[in-house]
Amino acid sequence: MMKTIEQLAQERILVLDGAMGTMIQRLKLKEEDFHPPGTEAHSILLQGNNDLLSLSRPEAISRIHEQYLEAGADIIETNTFSGTSIAQAEHKCEHLVRDINLRSAQLAKAACEKFTAKDPSKPRFVAGSIGPTNRTASLSPDVNDPGFRAVTFDELVTAYMEQVDALMEGGADLLLVETIFDTLNAKAAFYAIEEVFDKRGTRLPLMCSVTITDASGRTLSGQTIDAFMISMAHVPLFSIGLNCALGAAQMRPYLQVLAEQAPCLVSVYPNAGLPDQMGEYRETAEVTARLVGEFMKDGLVNIVGGCCGTTPEHIAALAKEAAKHAPRQISVIA
Amino acid sequence: MSIPTYSGLEPLRIFPGSNFVNIGERTNVTGSALFRRLIKDGNYDEAVRVARQQVENGAQIIDVNLDEGLIDGVEAMRKFINLIAAEPDIARVPVMIDSSKFSVIETGLKCLQGKGIANSISLKEGEEEFLDHARTVKRLGAAVVVMCFDEKGQADSYERRIDIAQRVYDLLTQKIGFAPHDIIIDPNILTVATGMTEHDRYAIDYIAAVKWIKQNLPGVLISGGVSNISFSFRGNEPVREAMHTAFLYHAIQAGMDMGIVNAGQIGVYDDIPKELLEHVEDVLFARRPDATERLVTLAEQFKGGGAKSNVQDMSWRETNVKDRLRHALVHGITDFIVEDTEEARKELLDPVKVIEGPLMAGMTVVGDLFGAGKMFLPQVVKSARVMKQAVAYLEPFLEEYKKNNAGTEVLKDSFGVPIVQSRNDGPKKVLLATVKGDVHDIGKNIVGVILACNGWQVIDLGVMVQSATILKTAREMKVDVIGLSGLITPSLDEMAHVAKEMEREGFDLPLLIGGATTSRVHTAVRIAPHYSKPVVHVIDASRCVPAVSELLSPTTHDAFVKRIADEYETVREHYATQQREKEFIPIAEARAKHFTIDWKAEPPAKPRSTGLFTFRNFPLKDLLPYLDWTPFFQAWELAGKYPKILTDPVVGTEATKLHADALKMLDHLVKEKWFKAHGVAGIWPANSVEDDIEVYKDDSCKVVIGTFHTLRQQSKKAPGVPYTANADFIAPKESGITDFIGAFAVTTGHGVEERAKQFEAAGDDYSAIMCKALGDRLAEAFAEKLHEVVRKEIWGYADTEQLSNEELIKEKYDGVRPAAGYPACPDHTEKPEIFRLLDAEKHTGIHLTEGMAMFPTAAVSGWYFAHPRSKYFGVGRVGKDQIEDLARRKGKETVWMERWLGSNLSYTPA
Repeated sequence: MMKTIEQLAQERILVLDGAMGTMIQRLKLKEEDFHPPGTEAHSILLQGNNDLLSLSRPEAISRIHEQYLEAGADIIETNTFSGTSIAQAEHKCEHLVRDINLRSAQLAKAACEKFTAKDPSKPRFVAGSIGPTNRTASLSPDVNDPGFRAVTFDELVTAYMEQVDALMEGGADLLLVETIFDTLNAKAAFYAIEEVFDKRGTRLPLMCSVTITDASGRTLSGQTIDAFMISMAHVPLFSIGLNCALGAAQMRPYLQVLAEQAPCLVSVYPNAGLPDQMGEYRETAEVTARLVGEFMKDGLVNIVGGCCGTTPEHIAALAKEAAKHAPRQISVIA
Repeated sequence: MSIPTYSGLEPLRIFPGSNFVNIGERTNVTGSALFRRLIKDGNYDEAVRVARQQVENGAQIIDVNLDEGLIDGVEAMRKFINLIAAEPDIARVPVMIDSSKFSVIETGLKCLQGKGIANSISLKEGEEEFLDHARTVKRLGAAVVVMCFDEKGQADSYERRIDIAQRVYDLLTQKIGFAPHDIIIDPNILTVATGMTEHDRYAIDYIAAVKWIKQNLPGVLISGGVSNISFSFRGNEPVREAMHTAFLYHAIQAGMDMGIVNAGQIGVYDDIPKELLEHVEDVLFARRPDATERLVTLAEQFKGGGAKSNVQDMSWRETNVKDRLRHALVHGITDFIVEDTEEARKELLDPVKVIEGPLMAGMTVVGDLFGAGKMFLPQVVKSARVMKQAVAYLEPFLEEYKKNNAGTEVLKDSFGVPIVQSRNDGPKKVLLATVKGDVHDIGKNIVGVILACNGWQVIDLGVMVQSATILKTAREMKVDVIGLSGLITPSLDEMAHVAKEMEREGFDLPLLIGGATTSRVHTAVRIAPHYSKPVVHVIDASRCVPAVSELLSPTTHDAFVKRIADEYETVREHYATQQREKEFIPIAEARAKHFTIDWKAEPPAKPRSTGLFTFRNFPLKDLLPYLDWTPFFQAWELAGKYPKILTDPVVGTEATKLHADALKMLDHLVKEKWFKAHGVAGIWPANSVEDDIEVYKDDSCKVVIGTFHTLRQQSKKAPGVPYTANADFIAPKESGITDFIGAFAVTTGHGVEERAKQFEAAGDDYSAIMCKALGDRLAEAFAEKLHEVVRKEIWGYADTEQLSNEELIKEKYDGVRPAAGYPACPDHTEKPEIFRLLDAEKHTGIHLTEGMAMFPTAAVSGWYFAHPRSKYFGVGRVGKDQIEDLARRKGKETVWMERWLGSNLSYTPA
């Protein structure tokens, strides 16, 4: 009998994959690579819309998944960070949203199944990646009109429901609401997820990961990490954690708060340090693994991985480090 | 986490034993006639102000109720909640969405990022609807208030209250899995003393029901609308206040957790006049049949007394002197500082003990709060102002100081405390100076204040300080660290010079480097190699404290020094590789590939007039529309773009206050003419000759009256990309086309120093820094304004231009005004030629220091290039061939040129 992810999480620290965008950049793709069949005459440029690659260059995405699985990732994320009609509207690709999510989940699932078959003692899982979209529900983009909102809660719910339904259809094992910079967007995502669960009559474990923007210790929308946790208290989470914006070195104080208080697993997947003057991430795999290794040693985390700038080398180093340490114990009574 | 929790931008946790939670009711149209009128009139700005006032008055949660018959409740709720979400000082607390319409509640909850409270739902329309609403509330992540209502109506007796409470609890916890601590039951506070006997037991029954619920429904919280209790006494605020206070006192003892209250309408139980309290409690507890009549009679005496006026909370004045000093320091209040300092002096007998005791203790709190990001720079500077005034008061009492002061001048630290050089056990000492040739000191002064707030004694030597003075003072005063500051690029070399001198004289003190043009790379590559002891670049004031602490603590010193050394070694290696990788092309080749303008197709614009145009005592008022505020906030280390920064969730509150203070000072300085604004602009016929620009006496272009020397890009670019120099924007001599160049110098700095000194003398660093920062901004605004006048009127090539201030800041006009010493022309030594041609010293009173800095510092100078294709660019690093050629053209030695362009050399000079 294969172990469930809940069982595995009790036994050891789980490893999430690294950056999708960084790996895509390395491929030095061209505009035509980003055009799925039928969009040859698209009115605007599509380069940079990475989610479309699941449709236009599926073999490239599968290869990236496999590189991360080879590096030792237990969980890989679908290539769907911008897979909502709201985010895709920038590229006028709203009509492709269902296909993006369905196909991305299938690609990740196929890669996981291949690796699980090779070694059933190390089953692999697909986390459906649900990004924040490019609009904020609790901040006005217009300084002269602070009451204005570029997107409403209900519009977010509609968009997220379409994404979530397709991710589940395509075989996602978990759902990961990530890079949360506005808690209200995240609340809409989880609202949508519950609606889809009701509709489909089935549930998946839920992960949530927030982004603390800088040393102010707050989200972009201004919440402290404690306030954020309280805002998420109504969601039955499998894990809560931090990703993006900061490197591991800067995340510690916020991670500590989560580790002390979270009634569920705690995850962390930092950037490869802070970007340098050229905007590039230069923290090496060894450094990231050492810094995250300190979190593991101190019993702060259950799930580790990488965000911007991390590569299969980083994940391999993290996996090696993770094998040395015990997972955080959940001491809080829920 | 089974305790009740709510959140706005910040958390609110209700621990067992927590105090009663105040829910503000002023943003409730049923609780405030004023608020009702504002909402009805659509005056949302004022309505938001009411919300803010409530939070300032101590409301921990705000209740928002917009149930006004004439307006669309859903839209009003959406609008109001979105508006308060944009105000960080309101949004930090959780919101209770209050409406009798569930659609309004749902809308409100969908606008809250925090965990709010839905107020309320009930069984009025039956179980199905009740559960449906509860499910939605839960999915939206809020707690819920349930009113004690059912299908039969409002519960007004003890039995009905507890029956409904039990039923609600069972339904919510068992049918939809609501956490008990997310359920808040409101057992109905109803009006007493109405004259109807059936209302007599309302207060007693409420309190009894509270007790029962707390005992029998574990985890559940109790709330209520307190002002209901006293409706019969509307208009008699003293009696209402006494009723609320007494009722709450008893209800809280019974277990009431939170209530909707006007915080200003609650007093202290023990302060209620005895007779009044007795009459009030007779009513609340129905202790005698004539209780109501007796209270009505007594109430007459209290009429017209009015509620407590909305004054500042002065309760801190009642604490002991140590706490008062701390409060004044943390909140930047100078009103009582002299009397409090005197009291502390009398108590402690020794003025030194006052400084080292309560005053420094208060400043330590300030330092800690700043370090923790809970205070921002403008607040800290205000704290320092309080500290300085306290020290100024103590000065005559400082014995040791008086003795020393008999003959010689005594150095004082930045709080005004005399420095005792013989003491080694006292606070650590930091020496700060702006290096020779440079006059900029805003950043340095800020660093001084921050360090002083963190317990260091700061010796600030001011500006244009010779290296010999720095070293001498450091030795005599036995300082622990030296910090050098500078803003203009030549200061970088002067800092390297100080480092060399320190090495030569065998110093072992750590050296800190800061200022706008300094960088980690420059420090690592050009300064650190000259000094074998630690050299650390600190990017801003907030980084300064940890750096100095780590340097001076014996436990962290070694690790810190090693870390910095390793880091800088990496920086140097990286830099060296970069230099190797970067290719430079010969200057001759770069000139051949110059930036091209088709002078026939786009001929130069002929100015309406040429010559010099002077502006003496330009009205400051006319500069205000041209102010660019974003750099002003940067000067105070508040990050963000204006005006967005005013609503920034983190620094918005402080930015708004700072902005208000700045506007206030601007108002004064304009009305009272604090500063004088002088400017001069010139336009002359000109042509380029290779990389030089010749300036002619007149249109015949025969007599050369001056020459500007420009620098050309040399670092290798992609094929087809030009190598630009400013000379490319002027028509070449061989074209036979007459072109023109302009130049300008403006200042608003006359009077700035004097005014800042006055503030400093009064111990008011905040205003001193403010005054300098505004001087700088006004000078920039003057440059912007003058450029506009030149474009539209004097040169006149843009007479139809219509641009907003924002567009001006973004430079959306034709033509540029680059300055000497900035990226397009890094050569500061061009300034004398500009000044000579403009006769700038005579017309504006600006003079150049030996380091080529302008004094007064609030000054801007540069060139005008009018051609629409002219642009700002960066010259970057240049080759030795160009430096040699430039030196030849300027009639100088190559080494002299290398010294002035040290940061722009692609090679290491001999």
